[in-house]
Amino acid sequence: MSQSLSLRAGIVSILLLLAFIGAWWGATLPTQVDLGDMDPEYAAMMGLDSVQESDIPTPGDIGSAIWTHLSDPFYVKGSNDMGIGIQLAHSLWRVLAGFALAALVAVPLGFLIGMSPLMHKALDPYIQILKPISPLAWMPLALYIIQDASISSIFVIFICSIWPMMVNTAYGVASVRDDWLAVAKTLEVGPIKKAFKVILPAAAPTILTGMRISMGIAWLVIVAAEMLVGGTGIGYFIWNEWNNLDLANVIFAILLIGVVGMILDMIFGLLGKVVSYKEV
Amino acid sequence: MTTPAFIQVDGLEKTFPAPMGQAPVTVFQNLDFEIEKGEFVCLIGHSGCGKSTILNILAGLDAASDGYVFMENKELTGPGLDRGVVFQGHALMPWLTVRENVAFAVKSRFKRHSKDEVNAQVEKYVDMVGLTPAIDKKPHQLSGGMRQRVGIARAFAIEPKMLLMDEPFGALDALTRGVIQDELLAICQATEQTVFMITHDVDEAILLADKILLMTNGPFAEVAECAYNPLKKPRSRQEMHHDGHYYPFRNHLMDFLVNGPGTPYGEKTQPQETVHTEPEPAPGPRQVVNG
Ligand SMILES: Nc1ncnc2c1ncn2[C@@H]1O[C@H](COP(=O)(O)OP(=O)(O)OP(=O)(O)O)[C@@H](O)[C@H]1O
Ligand SMILES: [Mg+2]
Repeated sequence: MSQSLSLRAGIVSILLLLAFIGAWWGATLPTQVDLGDMDPEYAAMMGLDSVQESDIPTPGDIGSAIWTHLSDPFYVKGSNDMGIGIQLAHSLWRVLAGFALAALVAVPLGFLIGMSPLMHKALDPYIQILKPISPLAWMPLALYIIQDASISSIFVIFICSIWPMMVNTAYGVASVRDDWLAVAKTLEVGPIKKAFKVILPAAAPTILTGMRISMGIAWLVIVAAEMLVGGTGIGYFIWNEWNNLDLANVIFAILLIGVVGMILDMIFGLLGKVVSYKEV
Repeated sequence: MTTPAFIQVDGLEKTFPAPMGQAPVTVFQNLDFEIEKGEFVCLIGHSGCGKSTILNILAGLDAASDGYVFMENKELTGPGLDRGVVFQGHALMPWLTVRENVAFAVKSRFKRHSKDEVNAQVEKYVDMVGLTPAIDKKPHQLSGGMRQRVGIARAFAIEPKMLLMDEPFGALDALTRGVIQDELLAICQATEQTVFMITHDVDEAILLADKILLMTNGPFAEVAECAYNPLKKPRSRQEMHHDGHYYPFRNHLMDFLVNGPGTPYGEKTQPQETVHTEPEPAPGPRQVVNG
């Protein structure tokens, strides 16, 4: 039954896509312009033609943009002309670096907050103030202090990934069931072993959920950050193509951002499955 | 003077601090009792009289407000590997298999054991509770009774001097409960394990215990009576109600729970031979007080 359900869902998905492309194609068909009794030579001189191309790229334009970019993703022809693979690699590197640094800070700090009600109360006001700040608001400060666009982007990713991970870790650690801790106590398990063998596996699914949220936010933020600071990256690519008025490339990049974001989310979904357990 | 008992509880009291604007609650006070080595002791009392609190103090998970607990003449101040605890809610770690759950305890107890030695110890105790076929399963793949047996195996596997059990079979159906009671009885008789167990089930206490502590209702609960089981060992679930002592003793315990403390058992007239003719109990759920 479920197999036939996913089959039918797949068919509906494909039909929707075809309908969308069809509508798009229809809306971007070249239009016949009525030139009246204007002299055709005069019209040609004025840049007018009886057949007007659409301003919006057609599905065919996007298809050929995809083909061009994916057939040679890794070329470098100068600082303003690099393959899409190179741009993507820059963005991914920044996201992963900022995310990893954030994890190194957020998970231990979350452990501390989760285990110690004192630290929870003491740090809570700071977290509550810092959490709602748009990560891009840090950018000028980062640029001024760090003086490097790329590292500033990494810092912005760091600052936006840290909160969901920290809050989730603290919550997961604080809600480890008392009887598991009691088992550890009666077995005279030391603090380090307790942290790694009892609390970490117990809180791992919650921590992973926090990481998944953080990664989602980081991928949202990197595009905006790169648009702002320029240089390299998928965000800069979009901004650059917009300045070139090449909408086909912009749309291609939008699609790519979506696909990569989905893959990142799937990876964390799978990791979450690995550490999850069924409570009884 | 005789030699002091294995466990000595002396003037134990537990008072919980006052909630805002209310008087502090003394759950129990002036508790004195002893547990001998190899003895199986059951604690019976109504819900809320502080049984779990007592067990947690013996386990070192909770601190008394007053009084002392001595084990082999040393005061107990915290949890320790010399006591194995079977928790009411089994408390298995759901991300570990049966083998890993028991191994976690074995490794904590025998830190110098090699991998093979740990494994051998784990398999021995898992086998003892009859769970070898399920040894590599996770807790959620087991039935309630099987989980409880893993909890028992884990507690036994650290070879503790004393076993503490808080209503270990409370959540089980009567049939499973009976099977595990039989297993526990056999294991305890073979290993001469010292056991302190909380139960709501009078028949369970009569089957398993050498000595039954009867607690009055809280607050200010006390151990009103320490009744020695008159039924001779070895006892079995099938045969026990043919013993002439069974009905008088059972009635005595029920009277205590229903009507409160009366004359301690044994100070009344001894059971008559005629009690043998009492009818068999009707089949059906066993009497559980406040279960
Ligand atoms: N942290 C606490 N603060 C205040 N009162 C408490 C606390 N923990 C337990 N109590 C009270 O202590 C009493 C004894 O609790 P305990 O869990 O030991 O009862 P019990 O005899 O094991 O009951 P049951 O048979 O239902 O398990 C209860 O009346 C409970 O309300
Ligand atoms: Mg209790």
